[in-house]
Amino acid sequence: MTNDIKVKELELTKADFVSDQMVKWCPGCGDHAILASFLKALPQLGYKKEDIVVVSGIGCSSRFPYYVKTYGFHGIHGRAAPFASGIKIANPKLNVWMVSGDGDSLAIGGNHFIHVLRRNLDINIMLFNNKIYGLTKGQYSPTTPLGQITKTSPQGTIEHPFNPGELAIGAQGTFFARVTDTNPKMMTEIMIEASNHKGTSLIEFLQNCVIFNNKTHKLITARETKDENQIHLEAGKPMIFGKERDKGIILEGTKLKVVKLGENGITEKSLLVHDPHESDPGIHQMLAKMAPPELPAAIGVIRSVDQLTYEEQVEAIIKHEKEVNPIHSVTDLLNSGKTWEI
Amino acid sequence: MTTKKKSVVDLENVVVRFAGDSGDGMQLTGALFSDAAAVAGNDFITFPDYPSEIRAPQGTIAGVSGFQIHFGQKNIYTSGDLADVLVAMNPAPLKKNLEWVKPGGTIIVDTDTFTEKALIKAGYESNPIADDSLRDYNLIKAPISSLTKNAASELGLDNKMVLKSRNMFALGVMFFIFHRDFKSADEYFEKKFKANPLVVKSNKMVLRAGYNYADTIEALNRVTYNVEPASLKKGKYRNITGNLATSWGLLAASEKSGRPLYLGSYPITPATDILQEISKHKSLGAKAFQAEDEIAGVVSSIGASFAGSMAVTTTSGPGLSLKSEAIGLAVMTELPLVVVDVQRGGPSTGLPTKSEQSDLMQAMFGRNGEAPVVILAASTSSDCFFYAYEAGRIAMEHMTPVILLTDGYLANGSEVFKIPEMKDMPKIKPPLAKPNEPGYQPYKRDPEKLNRLWAIPGTEGLRHRIGGLEKEDGSGNVSHDPMNHQIMSDYRAEKIARVANYIPDQEIIGDKEGDLLVVSWGGTYGNMIEAVKALQEDGKKVSLAHFNYINPLPKNTKDIFKNFKKIIVPELNLGQFVLLLRMCFPDFRFEQYNKVQGLPFMVKELVDKFNQLLEEE
Repeated sequence: MTNDIKVKELELTKADFVSDQMVKWCPGCGDHAILASFLKALPQLGYKKEDIVVVSGIGCSSRFPYYVKTYGFHGIHGRAAPFASGIKIANPKLNVWMVSGDGDSLAIGGNHFIHVLRRNLDINIMLFNNKIYGLTKGQYSPTTPLGQITKTSPQGTIEHPFNPGELAIGAQGTFFARVTDTNPKMMTEIMIEASNHKGTSLIEFLQNCVIFNNKTHKLITARETKDENQIHLEAGKPMIFGKERDKGIILEGTKLKVVKLGENGITEKSLLVHDPHESDPGIHQMLAKMAPPELPAAIGVIRSVDQLTYEEQVEAIIKHEKEVNPIHSVTDLLNSGKTWEI
Repeated sequence: MTTKKKSVVDLENVVVRFAGDSGDGMQLTGALFSDAAAVAGNDFITFPDYPSEIRAPQGTIAGVSGFQIHFGQKNIYTSGDLADVLVAMNPAPLKKNLEWVKPGGTIIVDTDTFTEKALIKAGYESNPIADDSLRDYNLIKAPISSLTKNAASELGLDNKMVLKSRNMFALGVMFFIFHRDFKSADEYFEKKFKANPLVVKSNKMVLRAGYNYADTIEALNRVTYNVEPASLKKGKYRNITGNLATSWGLLAASEKSGRPLYLGSYPITPATDILQEISKHKSLGAKAFQAEDEIAGVVSSIGASFAGSMAVTTTSGPGLSLKSEAIGLAVMTELPLVVVDVQRGGPSTGLPTKSEQSDLMQAMFGRNGEAPVVILAASTSSDCFFYAYEAGRIAMEHMTPVILLTDGYLANGSEVFKIPEMKDMPKIKPPLAKPNEPGYQPYKRDPEKLNRLWAIPGTEGLRHRIGGLEKEDGSGNVSHDPMNHQIMSDYRAEKIARVANYIPDQEIIGDKEGDLLVVSWGGTYGNMIEAVKALQEDGKKVSLAHFNYINPLPKNTKDIFKNFKKIIVPELNLGQFVLLLRMCFPDFRFEQYNKVQGLPFMVKELVDKFNQLLEEE
């Protein structure tokens, strides 16, 4: 792969990307692990140090750019997506990362979030989903489970939460992956995969806010329960999970269902085989929506579909226009159309 | 046929207004009449007057579309107060526009359209062309519809098709009255209807039928008008609208600076044309991004600016409100950004298709925190080109947001534009940081201009992080240090103040001292200069200082004010520039004169007001 060659040629290491700024997240915050995984991924992307840009909006997650030694921009609340879009359109050669949270991208920046996905700009979005507003100290977010008590929902929330994957695929997103902040190796792998995907990549990190929403993902991440409550999806492999790897997912009618291997004649062949490259979003939507306790949460790359990116189309139009359009300078433009001499 | 005496009257300048239903092709008629004026060497300014509805019900007042042209042999500064000639294609346009016709002016109507039904729709109780109510005008009653049908009957086109060209019959009448050549209109037909030679022929025939009709009827009293070519400087000219000039000025600044143009915008009346125009010019490498909203438009532009483009966002009043927070981000990150605000009537949705100057305070102060920006204002449709260019120059050289204020009147109006030579345009040198620049710091400043360097992602050795949090002086690291915030706030203010060292002195039209100084800004220039010149010709000691640089103000501003007994500040708002002047120059007394009707000033009302002020002790 050309990417591997580039990675070798560049000879970068994690040390090339460690910033001199003190990391100010709370001790025990999931963000630390995500940052460490990202610093490991950066030297493996095949981009020069100066060609990587990390941008963010506002929130705990959005301090991220200060902690990575690349070009970085800490924007305003909710607007990381258009900011990243402007950078990518202006210079498509850059490797653009956007760091955001469930409040930043799904509440105040919800409009931008769906549109960046729809346009399929080649941007990598890291969405830290801790299901709470951390920086403002504990109000419910668009992903907070219905009924949860928070500072602004003392009687329990009455809003139905968004599922980021469902929203992203509904907005015609071409890449969606989910990973837990407890799995550093997988985080790095998925970051590299997202970077390699041509188009908008969304990675949802099930991230723990140790102060304001501790253990919100515990069913999926806790050592004792995780094996029964998460399924690692791998392209071309049957959907098997469980500590004993004795459970699988099948499609029954229009719904996904957990089955036990060996029971009622179920074999590996009866199970759904994961195909992240299928362009039809139907099964991907169902996989993204799976949640304990009925179904295991899907972890890994759920959807990865090739589609023309926005910026490559812009560049193609510019190239074509330069060939066919007679206006090559502002002087040509000023003298085009109806003019007269006096 | 007996020979009748034909007389030709010489006129210095004329105002013609075409008015019809929004489907009657009045804008095209006006444009073709303007082209013919151009060919004849006249100076001119045009102004379209559209309804805000896309296609309001036919025949109603709400659906009337107008086009006014003021042309002449001397310099033309406005699209004219009142019309010498009104062409009304139906009853509703007559009703709506009668108040804009000079007493004794000529009105040409299509009598075929004055049916009972149409009169009721237009709200007439009795037929104005039959009841003698227009006796004070020179009313020309022409059966334009039926004559149009007759004119092209031999071609075998269906009536509906032919009737579409009745505006060309009216144009033909006007061509006769003003001795215009068919050539430019013929060329237009040939190009536009290339695929349909029959339609070309039909339009040509109808145009000539109108011309010949005017030649034969008595109603004109055999009088036609001659408007000599204007004494314009030698050179190549074109007609240009304000929005087109703004678009091209931005492209020109981009080309000169070597920074590719990026426009992030969202459609909004009356600024949309700029987004549409830039979208056409991908062959110049310009990128236009139609964002999902106003905020995404400006934020994407700040992203593009960070990435090294000459970044622009275009909008109108309500959109500027939405962009406020992001403009503050550009102030904090000290990145170049041009914000074009094509002002319209406000507040809120206000009067989208009407003009006003009421966003000045919003441009000046409409952000949280101490967030100074440079503000420029264009004063004519054609100088939108220069001020858009200037906005790009200042934004890039001084690393700051610049708000350029134009308005609906300038944006949609058009005028004769002397095509500039790109080599004569001022140089633009963005302060780019060089690869591996020794000692590079994101907030290290130029000692003179106080700008920081523009370090573009992709450049080796300049990796840095900036954002909306307060920056430490020099390093650009996040800082909450109290004294640092003071220093940085002072720097940001001083950087904008020092732009005054890089802009021209304020000019004064007329004597440098006198009884009255008219101080105006932006799109009211034409009306002001006509009024001031009229008074000067009358021997009054009146001068004009018309401002294009609003923040910072030119350095000689105070010196100009000193030498006049009275100062008046007329504005199309309730007094915004005057508020700024009172703040900056508390030693002077500023009179104000304000109008918020969605309409430009009339020269006459200005002259009256100035005279009144001169007479008061």
